[in-house]
Amino acid sequence: MIQLVFYVFATVLVASAAMVISARNPVHSVLFLILGFFNAAGLFLIAGAEFLAMILVIVYVGAVAVLFLFVVMMLDIDFTKMREGLQRYAPFGAAVGCVLFAELVMAGLHWVTSPVTPAPITGGLGEPGGPMTNTSALGTLIYTHYILLFQLCGLILLVAMIGAITLTLREKPTGRRQIIGKQHDRMRADTLEMLDLPLGNGTNANGGFLRPPGSYYDTAVPGSYGIPPSDSRASENGEGVPK
Amino acid sequence: MNSAIAQIGLGPFLTVSAALLVLGVFGIFLNRKNIIIIMMSMELILLSANLNFVAFSGALGDLSGQVMVLFTLTIAAAEAAIGLAILTVYFRNRGSIQVDDVATMKG
Repeated sequence: MIQLVFYVFATVLVASAAMVISARNPVHSVLFLILGFFNAAGLFLIAGAEFLAMILVIVYVGAVAVLFLFVVMMLDIDFTKMREGLQRYAPFGAAVGCVLFAELVMAGLHWVTSPVTPAPITGGLGEPGGPMTNTSALGTLIYTHYILLFQLCGLILLVAMIGAITLTLREKPTGRRQIIGKQHDRMRADTLEMLDLPLGNGTNANGGFLRPPGSYYDTAVPGSYGIPPSDSRASENGEGVPK
Repeated sequence: MNSAIAQIGLGPFLTVSAALLVLGVFGIFLNRKNIIIIMMSMELILLSANLNFVAFSGALGDLSGQVMVLFTLTIAAAEAAIGLAILTVYFRNRGSIQVDDVATMKG
C-alpha cells in the first residue's frame, strides 16, 4: 500500500518536473512547479519528515512559488522569442543530462556504507521516553545542537530581505517625505511674524499676522493684503512655508 | 529505520531524486533564454538534494538530515527572493530579461 502511494507521488513529481522545464507558457511552468512541490511534500511525509513536508507546502508553495508567479505575471515579456534557441540547445542539454545520470547510476552501483558509523543524532525521536513528535525532536535539535547554524540562517534571511528591498525600492520624485533636518532647522522667525497694529486698522493693510512672511502674497486675492514688499517676496517666496 | 522507508527501500527515493536533478540540469540547458525557467530549474535541483537528505535521514534514523533540509529551504527562499529582485530591477532598467543581453561585463 505504501509502495503504491510512493510511486504515485514519485511519478507525478517527475512528470511535473518535466513539464516545468518544457511548458510553453511560464505561468504553466510555475503551476507545475507548485504541483511538484505538493508531491515532494507527500514523499517527505512517507519518509517521516512531517514538519518539513508542512514547511515545504507553506514556505515553498505559499511564498516562493507564488513569488515566481507574481514575477512572471508582472513582467511583460515576449516569451515566444525566448524559445527560439530551444532546438539548438536541446541535444547538448540531453547529452549533459545523460552523462550526469550515468554518473549517478555508477555512483549508486558502487555505493558502500562506511563500517564505522557515528551514532545517529535523533534529538530524542524514537527514544524510549514517551512519544515525541517529529516537530519537537527537530526543535530540540535546532535550538541546542545547531543553534549557530540556525542563527546564521536568520542572518541570511535578514540580508536577503534588506537586499531585495534595497534593490527594488523606487524613489518617487513626487513623493512627500519627511526631512528631519529641515524640520529641526526651522526657526520661529521663519514661520511667525508678530506685528504692531495701529488701533482702528485691520490687519489686512499690514499684511496679516500669524503667517510666515512672504507666504500670503501668492495665495490671497491680489492686492487685498496691500502692496507686497518686493525684496521679501523675491527672497522668501516658498521658504519657511511649512511643507 | 522508518517503517515506510523500510518497506519501500532507499533506492526508489534516490532514483526519484536523481531524476529530479537530471531534469533540473536539463532544464537549465533547454531554456537558455528564459532566466525564470532557469531559476525554477535551480529550485528543482535544490528539491532533489532535499529529497536525498530526507530519505537518508529516514533510513538512518538520524535527524541531522532534516535539520539540513530546513536550512537548505531557508537558503533557497533567500536565493529566490534576491534573484527575482535582481530580475525585476534588470527588467525595469533594460526592458527585457534575455539572458543573451546580459553581456555588459563581457563574461
